[in-house]
Amino acid sequence: MKLMPCPVNGLRNISEFICGGEVEEMPNPDTGSDHEWAEYLFMENNAKGIVREWWMHAPTSYWFIAERNTATEEIVATYPSTELFNQRVEFTQANTSDV
Amino acid sequence: MPLGLLKYGLKKAHPSKRHFNTCSDLKPSYDVVIVGGGGHGLATAYYLAKEWGITNVAVLEKSYLASGNTARNTAIVRSNYLTPEGVRFYDESVKLFQGLSNELNYNILYSERGHLTLAHTDAAIRTSRWRAEVNKHLDINSKVVYPDELEKLCPHLNLSQDTRYPIMGALYHPPGAIARHDAVAWGYAKGAFERGVELHTHTEVTGFDIQNGKIEGVKTNRGNINCGTVIQAVAGASSEVSKLAGFKLPIKSIPLQACVSEPVKPFLNIIVVSGSLHVYVSQSSRGELVMGSTSDPYPLYSTRSTLDFKEELMTHLLELFPFLGKVKILRQWAGTTDMTPDFSPVMGLTPVQNYYIDAGWGTWGFKATPVCGKRMAETIATGKVPELIKPFELERFYRFEQVGERGAASVGH
Repeated sequence: MKLMPCPVNGLRNISEFICGGEVEEMPNPDTGSDHEWAEYLFMENNAKGIVREWWMHAPTSYWFIAERNTATEEIVATYPSTELFNQRVEFTQANTSDV
Repeated sequence: MPLGLLKYGLKKAHPSKRHFNTCSDLKPSYDVVIVGGGGHGLATAYYLAKEWGITNVAVLEKSYLASGNTARNTAIVRSNYLTPEGVRFYDESVKLFQGLSNELNYNILYSERGHLTLAHTDAAIRTSRWRAEVNKHLDINSKVVYPDELEKLCPHLNLSQDTRYPIMGALYHPPGAIARHDAVAWGYAKGAFERGVELHTHTEVTGFDIQNGKIEGVKTNRGNINCGTVIQAVAGASSEVSKLAGFKLPIKSIPLQACVSEPVKPFLNIIVVSGSLHVYVSQSSRGELVMGSTSDPYPLYSTRSTLDFKEELMTHLLELFPFLGKVKILRQWAGTTDMTPDFSPVMGLTPVQNYYIDAGWGTWGFKATPVCGKRMAETIATGKVPELIKPFELERFYRFEQVGERGAASVGH
């Protein structure tokens, strides 16, 4: 059975985890075009090699970042998402008169 | 034919002729280069040569012919999909499959068995009814059956209500069939080769020559080629190859595992599938049970097998057929599936001019082999995307017009 080191809960069976997809930069919520959002939502790098992904430990709902080799299945590193994301994304209220 | 067979039988020598030759030198230029020598690529080459007279074609395969997902599926053919776009498309494929042995003069061991999609929940019954109605509307033979009829269709199926997931009913699709996967690829390869198409194995594409957004040539480990048109049909490596051409695809590469049991006496003459339990099983003409399971839960470029998937598959399989407890597994494998967000393929035009794509086949690529080859050949020959495959173009994701086919997939993710 494959194990994954959760930054909070330690080594756990990989069946306890859910893969949330690759880490990608989100388009600007206020200025992003439809094309940019489609690219962000649907298009994948799907690289063969080391990828950086979101993972969640399901029993504790803890989201973190994992670096994993998709060719060898080796888990290279796992760490809290705060190491990558330290700024809050603000979603401003859409101007309803435009809609 | 019978007389020829008799003459052949009475002869002393039975020389076998090679179906096709590979690995001649690459020419400096081709009208069409097909990247990927699997079922889809070979079928495209065949229909290009046969129906459109385009024979200055090279099929480039990085390994041996049909070594990828064509050799790594469970060989089921059906058209009982959920969306009208999907049903129409796979219906043409089933019809082509039915006449394929004759068309290719090559026995693909096509065996019409009937296809059952079991429902264990109210939600699954509802989806079955929905699929049956869509199917009937498009003249496809599908109906919902309940345990009394199931007992006649598949007498060995455990219909007891004392199981963990009792069977409430099923979607019954009589045209469902199995075929010999290798024979499909070899038949197409032979047909294409006889008409002048060159088959180049152990020829890996390393890059493309693209000028002003138009494909001009292909770089390989055996030298560079000029070409007018390229079609990419490399399921399992789609993202990696499209990256060489400079665009991204909505695809995750996820392994799908399967296995085969030792041969047993014929008892199962229908294909049994359970979307809820992630089981599909059929009995091959050799008596082996061909069994599939669910996909791995994360992207991976590997065709290894894992024990936990076999355990899950067997748990459910033994609930359906408890008497198989002592049957042994002979071999196991995994295929790399191109999963798209809407469980539909990606076919047709790409951002690169004259560069066509055939990808996103997920867990349903084998059953689309003939229609895909035929329609991609038409696309290349006419320069226009046929109506039948238009809904599956890459551009649909940018227009937010996906073709939601998840309900008809036997594999959950």
